[in-house]
Amino acid sequence: MQKSLHIDPGKCTGCLQCEMACSYDNEGAFNPSKSRIKVFAFHDEGRFVPYTCTQCDEAWCMQACPVDAISVDAATGAKVVSDARCVGCKVCTIACPFGTINYNADTGKVVKCDLCEGDPACATACPTDAITFIDANWTGLERMRAWAAKTDSGAQASA
Amino acid sequence: MAWARNVLRVNLTAGTCTNEPLNMDWAMKYLGQRGLATKYLYEEIDPKVDPLSPDNKLIMTTGPLTGTMASTAGRYSVVTKGALTGAIACSNSGGFFGNEMKNAGYDMIIFEGKAPKPVYLLVQDDSAQLVDAAGFWGKSVWDTEEGIKAKHGDPQIRVASIGISGEKGCKFACVVNDMHRAAGRSGVGTVMGSKNLKAVAIRGTKGVKVEDFAAFAQVTNAAKAVLAENAVTGQGLPAFGTQVLMNVINEMGALPTRNFRDIQFEGAKDISAEAMAEPRRSDGKPNLVRNGACFGCTIACGRVSTIDRTHFSVAERPEYHKASGGLEYEAAWALGAATGVNDLDALTFANFLCNEQGMDPITFGTTLGAAMDMYEEGVLTTAQTGMPLTFGSAEALVKMVELTGKGEGFGVELGLGSKRLCEKYGRPELSMSVKGQEFPAYDGRGIQGMALTYATSNRGACHLRSYTVASEVLGIPEKTDPLVTDGKAGLVKAFQDATAAVDSAGICVFTTFAWTLDDIAPQIDAACEGNWTSEYLLEVGERIWNLERQFNMKAGFTGADDTLPKRLLKDAAKTGPATGKVAELDKMLPEYYELRGWTPDGTPSNETLSRLGV
Repeated sequence: MQKSLHIDPGKCTGCLQCEMACSYDNEGAFNPSKSRIKVFAFHDEGRFVPYTCTQCDEAWCMQACPVDAISVDAATGAKVVSDARCVGCKVCTIACPFGTINYNADTGKVVKCDLCEGDPACATACPTDAITFIDANWTGLERMRAWAAKTDSGAQASA
Repeated sequence: MAWARNVLRVNLTAGTCTNEPLNMDWAMKYLGQRGLATKYLYEEIDPKVDPLSPDNKLIMTTGPLTGTMASTAGRYSVVTKGALTGAIACSNSGGFFGNEMKNAGYDMIIFEGKAPKPVYLLVQDDSAQLVDAAGFWGKSVWDTEEGIKAKHGDPQIRVASIGISGEKGCKFACVVNDMHRAAGRSGVGTVMGSKNLKAVAIRGTKGVKVEDFAAFAQVTNAAKAVLAENAVTGQGLPAFGTQVLMNVINEMGALPTRNFRDIQFEGAKDISAEAMAEPRRSDGKPNLVRNGACFGCTIACGRVSTIDRTHFSVAERPEYHKASGGLEYEAAWALGAATGVNDLDALTFANFLCNEQGMDPITFGTTLGAAMDMYEEGVLTTAQTGMPLTFGSAEALVKMVELTGKGEGFGVELGLGSKRLCEKYGRPELSMSVKGQEFPAYDGRGIQGMALTYATSNRGACHLRSYTVASEVLGIPEKTDPLVTDGKAGLVKAFQDATAAVDSAGICVFTTFAWTLDDIAPQIDAACEGNWTSEYLLEVGERIWNLERQFNMKAGFTGADDTLPKRLLKDAAKTGPATGKVAELDKMLPEYYELRGWTPDGTPSNETLSRLGV
């Protein structure tokens, strides 16, 4: 079963545990500035929104890369950057409509979410289940369940 | 590991920024943050120094866990000689600034001297420079924070700054970071203002490492599970915030009301967590938008709130219609019960203003309460105050918070704090303070341990130095009777020592609703070199407590300052479970001194100091 990262901003408190987990997994230090998932705080509205690569099937980054440095991990469906091939041209960062692939000036390569080989550190670290790693075919299941619970509830109560 | 082992020393007089290695011998004895910065201050300044002179120093400091994945590990403190108190000051803040400082590679930033004209410090990893703050002087915290990010084109910069109150010498100015997180008490922002230092802006990208990551991940995950499963940290605080206490403390007769004339507030329910969740009549929305976390915090007690757009405080001012930091319990109490005001929107507005202009809401609210007390007694008149300062007046609260924040009109007087204000008008006994700092939201007549807590706190009256409320109200770690004095000396000492260690680690004291030192020690031990056991942390805490006490003794304080206002010692509680009780300090203080290994007049003995290596 292929899995997807699923984000529910309503549950996010903005604690950045996900950013620390991501950076540790990839960089070996707690360093939110190197995280591949970012939490955006919309202060004036009181909203926190985690955001990262959604692993497009026909990924703009992958198609734009002139040196075929981005490939699909068959096991996870993740689009993965090969550091050996990447030349740091940044064309992928232009192609990606979502901004989720970025250049790392320290290494001269681009970085993006690679789903941590199928065990994403951000989802494990999230204390509120705002980030989960679930069946890619049923990311809407919980939301469907919530609405289903409301449907016909009057009839249930009166029965 | 864990420590960055690096100190940034900023000489504001000379305009220089230099790096030096962290004193690791001291770190092994004082851990970090509160303890370690106090050690630096103690060694580097004369405790008798005028807090507002260039000879005072101001230290921003992280703990070894700051910036790690340990829950709540984003804290930093501001340590200096307090402008409000003249005592050691250590004010702790959450938000995201502390992590940024650590990620830039600094355990501490020490500010010394005074800049010839207003400046701010800009730190980008190894680069540190003082920048002309002319464009920001006279601006609020909110405008300064947004302005600095815009000026440098970097929205990821984190800023800690002072508002207009701190520039103008309000004695209880805070240092505010991330819009509404504050190093709040004792006038640490006033000291920053006296140095012509408007803000510290940091961007850190270096990363924080720990000694043994595998062990660290294991113990921090276990500790996070303890927080999640605890009723207070797992349910009460995220859902209701610290405001969960308002009705509880009122019902037990320990909610100081109208400058401590009363001990229960008839309007408590109107300003409680429950009231914050009630839909408003005007727009059907509640005051509370949602909860929010500080860096790394898996509790998330923070409140995000809005003010009713039709409320008189903001009806004509759309700039206050946005969401911002909402009421915590201490602020709600000080702005509400201490002044007798039960208007939730007025309190939220006052709280916003305290954040915007960088003022401690506890001291502001209690000082306004004292002014109202003098107004009702005829000591202050409308000619002096500009408007009636009657208890319960939301109009007075809204007007006075704005005047005080901007240092205008009667706000200049309120900016003195209650001790100086009441002395000035000949009624010193009406200041509800110890060592110049006002009480927070628990009455020592109804919770006896807090009477001793306030009297002996090294930074003046404070609930965060030994929160015996945990035991006397919530039963953590075990329930004690709040009206009984027996055993409270030992309880206060144990809480003081443990809390001093927690405050030195980089984590939030709220974890101790669920964590004991047995949960905390393994996290420090995995992150840091050395052997950090619960027993050693208690020793570190006791060492810190005695060092702070020594600072105060050298600053001129004596055991005679370990006392309470007459109102708590002589005027019995009139209602509630504590009816007839006064704060029985005399039954606890001698035993406390003995347990501390201090002389009967409250001086640390040479044996105690040498045992602790102070």
